[in-house]
Amino acid sequence: MIKAVMVMNTQGKTRLAKFYEYLSVEKQQELIRGVFAVLCSRAENVSNFIDAESIFGPDSCLVYKHFATLYFVFVFDSSENELAVLDLIQVFVETLDRCFKNVCELDIVFNYSKVHTILDEMIFGGQVVETSSSEIMKAVEEISKLEAASNAITLIPKSASGWRSR
Amino acid sequence: MGSQGGFYQSKEFLDLVKSIGEARSKAEEDRIVLGEIETLKRRISEPDIPKRKMKEYIIRLVYVEMLGHDASFGYIHAVKMTHDNSLLVKRTGYLAVTLFLNEDHDLIILIVNTIQKDLTSDNYLVVCAALNAVCKLINEETIPAVLPLVVELLAHPKEAVRKKAIMALHRFYQKSPSSVSHLLSNFRKRLCDNDPGVMGATLCPLFELITIDVNSYKDLVMSFVSILKQVAERRLPKAYDYHQMPAPFIQIKLLKILALLGSGDKQASENMYAVVGDIFKKCDSSSNIGNAVLYECICCVSTIYSNPKLLEFAADAISRFLKSDSHNLKYMGIDALGRLIKISPEIAEQHQLAVIDCLEDPDDTLKRKTLELLYKMTKSTNVEVIVDRMIDYMININDNHYKTEIASRCVELAEQFAPSNQWFIQTMNKVFMHAGDLVNTKVAHNLMRLIAEGFGEDDDTDSQLRSSAVESYLHILGESKLPSVFLQVICWVLGEYGTADGKYSASYITGKLCDVAEAYSSDETVKAYAVTALTKIYAFEIAAGRKVDMLPECQSLMEEFLASHSTDLQQRAYELQAVIGLDAHAVESIMPSDANCEDIEVDKNLSFLTGYIQDSIENGAQPYIPENERSGMLKISNFRNQDHHETSAHSLRFEAYELPKQTVQSRIPLTSLASTEIVPVPEPIYVREIYQTTTVPSASSDAGSTELKLRLDGVQKKWGRQTHSPATSTSSSTSQKTDNGITQVDGSNTSNSRTLETYDSRKQQVEITPEKQKLAASLFGGSSKSEKKPATGHKISKPSSHIVERSHVRKSSLEIASEKKASIQPPPDLLDFGEPTVNSAAPSVDPFKELEGLLEPTTQVDSAENHGSTAAATKSPDIMGLYTETPAGIYNKDDSDILSGLSNPPVRNMLGGTRSMQVAQSSKGRNLKNSLEKDALVRQMGVTPSSPNPNLFKDLLG
Repeated sequence: MIKAVMVMNTQGKTRLAKFYEYLSVEKQQELIRGVFAVLCSRAENVSNFIDAESIFGPDSCLVYKHFATLYFVFVFDSSENELAVLDLIQVFVETLDRCFKNVCELDIVFNYSKVHTILDEMIFGGQVVETSSSEIMKAVEEISKLEAASNAITLIPKSASGWRSR
Repeated sequence: MGSQGGFYQSKEFLDLVKSIGEARSKAEEDRIVLGEIETLKRRISEPDIPKRKMKEYIIRLVYVEMLGHDASFGYIHAVKMTHDNSLLVKRTGYLAVTLFLNEDHDLIILIVNTIQKDLTSDNYLVVCAALNAVCKLINEETIPAVLPLVVELLAHPKEAVRKKAIMALHRFYQKSPSSVSHLLSNFRKRLCDNDPGVMGATLCPLFELITIDVNSYKDLVMSFVSILKQVAERRLPKAYDYHQMPAPFIQIKLLKILALLGSGDKQASENMYAVVGDIFKKCDSSSNIGNAVLYECICCVSTIYSNPKLLEFAADAISRFLKSDSHNLKYMGIDALGRLIKISPEIAEQHQLAVIDCLEDPDDTLKRKTLELLYKMTKSTNVEVIVDRMIDYMININDNHYKTEIASRCVELAEQFAPSNQWFIQTMNKVFMHAGDLVNTKVAHNLMRLIAEGFGEDDDTDSQLRSSAVESYLHILGESKLPSVFLQVICWVLGEYGTADGKYSASYITGKLCDVAEAYSSDETVKAYAVTALTKIYAFEIAAGRKVDMLPECQSLMEEFLASHSTDLQQRAYELQAVIGLDAHAVESIMPSDANCEDIEVDKNLSFLTGYIQDSIENGAQPYIPENERSGMLKISNFRNQDHHETSAHSLRFEAYELPKQTVQSRIPLTSLASTEIVPVPEPIYVREIYQTTTVPSASSDAGSTELKLRLDGVQKKWGRQTHSPATSTSSSTSQKTDNGITQVDGSNTSNSRTLETYDSRKQQVEITPEKQKLAASLFGGSSKSEKKPATGHKISKPSSHIVERSHVRKSSLEIASEKKASIQPPPDLLDFGEPTVNSAAPSVDPFKELEGLLEPTTQVDSAENHGSTAAATKSPDIMGLYTETPAGIYNKDDSDILSGLSNPPVRNMLGGTRSMQVAQSSKGRNLKNSLEKDALVRQMGVTPSSPNPNLFKDLLG
């Protein structure tokens, strides 16, 4: 089972954090800080796996991947395969890339809810439900379409921000 | 921008993110966020906020909370949003509540009703959003409210909904297995869903169910095998291909499941051999995901009933992992090796150098994994090297959690395999000196017990052990700062055995003990241990009839302790005083020498006092009233008017107060420990319990502390005696290793090209540095080397046996084919995900119906097996065909294009202006030139490489 998904930048700013078991806000912050401290201390050409038991308790492993300014971090237990999770990160990033056309850090910040939607299509209640990037894209696009449609009916854009969304 | 995900947010949000991004310190960031919270608090409670605005506020709240600030004031608004009709607003509401709330939050009660309504919605996206919330927010009590709705959704026309409904059901199972126990058959049914996504998702709950109870799912073995086969044969839609691998994630999950099902089950395992072997061959070991599947195959092979051929495949894959440049693959290789050596221990030997490389690698993760592997393969022949390595590593790390773990492993190994007393004591000293404060106190107490009880061989070795312990401890006491736990052990051992062999005088030992008590005057536990040790020394002296002279420093120490604030210390000091005043006979009976292993029988009824009581009562004393009756009387007298329940809460406490908690902030949480130490029983059970309760809260970083313990029961407490082979084989191995000639001779006995691989690995060994050789020899011992020759022989004979096997398979498949009335038409697919055209030749039976029938729990096992085996048999010609002909058009050109495009995406400017995000996998290429240079260097130094291939040195020198 996947325990947590985090995206943070190289300065330690959280860009996305999702925990599949409930944790208090303070605990979440503590874990994120712990993870960041470990990530910082990793050299360049080393493995992408970290034994995370000292941070997340027994039976937990951490896989991270470093893309430009961002760290993508997945924490999971022994029922997953480390290499496969590494590719799961790849799938996630590929999907983001398709979705935002050359994704960058800002896309993730500003489209917070959309990133969550993508993640929800991939991982549901801590289990990996979908691993095909194109299937995820299909679902997400459909959601956007329907959301936009329901928006147009129910909302009459008045403000500038409403206009921008079109 | 809409199609790109859209900047739905307003300028304010943009500014917020920007200013946070530019914040120079955490304090500045906090200030900004707090300001934002104030704004939001004010805005969000305004009346008549447009929905769009509200949605944005909620997103901002989520953002604020992600940064670690409290956003609870807005939770209720998020809950309100879930009631909204607009899909966008509703989804945002659900997203926010799943992030904000937990299943026991008070607001959940307001959401359950909405969820119920939304689960029946016509819009499947609403249903999905609700299911998402169900996973996160429904707890055991609310499961019944949504369960029937979720079960209904299992048959929803949209596959996305079915998938999520399964996951929700799985979640219910995790939260409360009993609530859905009658619905588990649904998972089996969904396995035959015609959407591969749903089928893949179903594997998650099935995996968990099978983990818990293997036996009730044995009937599914054939179905899993046939699904796996079809996945491997690319029958799934192209969309599931990932880096040219057919649905690798599904393959991995299936292999995991098969491993569970085949564990220890020969029959089930036999059904899997073909497909697993097939996957081994098909896996593309150049891609990451291909290796992930390979790794999973190795795991599967090492768990199921073993098959020599598959083990060979696995060994090959492992050597490929270990030889790779990628740290990830090395890591997986080490891990896989750890699994496989359980079945075939000799495999480790051929990778010894790779393992040592990993051990010396700068990558910490890899190093730890390797230490774990070494821990698994420790034997009496290599324990010294391995424990030394572990201690070296332990000294150099700061991670307390891991330090603790590795320390307890060292202790465990030392205890199990120690070659000599001397070594054991020294190893323990090292462990305690460097990690003493982290080691569980139980470990220390087990050490005391071990020294006290000896190893049960004979008295001589036991007393030798003790005197060597005393010796080394006296030496160590000279060191400046020792951990408290270690000092306790030292004091205890010195007290018990310091004067036992007559080598040291009582005054010498007591002097040392006084020094300890003075040097560590802030540590009451140590002082208490020291005083008790003094008591013991003096008692033994008196019992032996010698005159006791208390050293002056000892006397002053006693005076200090007699007036100590610690009642415990005081009591001990008084006891010491009392003991000194007694005559030899009395001392002998209260403190017998070396009696710490005797059981003390506690007469709980205090029957020896009966006579005394009788006398007293006859003399007019009050009879004893048991505690509970006494409190009853009190209740009546004091609280007569109050009701019973309340009084019991207020009544006086008669049980003892809890043991005092640690006051000094020192590392050792054991003020209570000393009190039990008066009785010279090394480890009464209750003491242990107390330790546990007191240590747990103090050692907050030490999560797994309860797991750490010495395994004393069942442990072979024999050392000095080598259970494993080796004197002879070691010698033979060294001669082989150092002497090139022998290996060359080995090689010359065949010209078969298939043996080349094995030479390579051996030639590598020839060129290694002597230190590494030595290390390898000591780690992997001779035991394995001696098996080299037979192994080679096996390798040589392999091709022929392979052919035999192959032809056999072919023959059997032919037989089957002829049995089947020589029909060449493809057999009916059990689970066909492909296009309908593929099985146009298949009989008109619905394949899913067939599988369903197969899966039906009521079906007789016999028939299911028949069915399955025929299916498998008829498939076999297909498998053979796949070896030879690979369909040309099977690779998806589009896919590879996309991926290659992805690996080098255009650069895009960021807020900061310069940084860009690249989706690229870094891969360390081989540096041929470098290795050639090194090759030349090696030649210069006089070592003649026997191989022209410079790549060989890559691992060793590069």
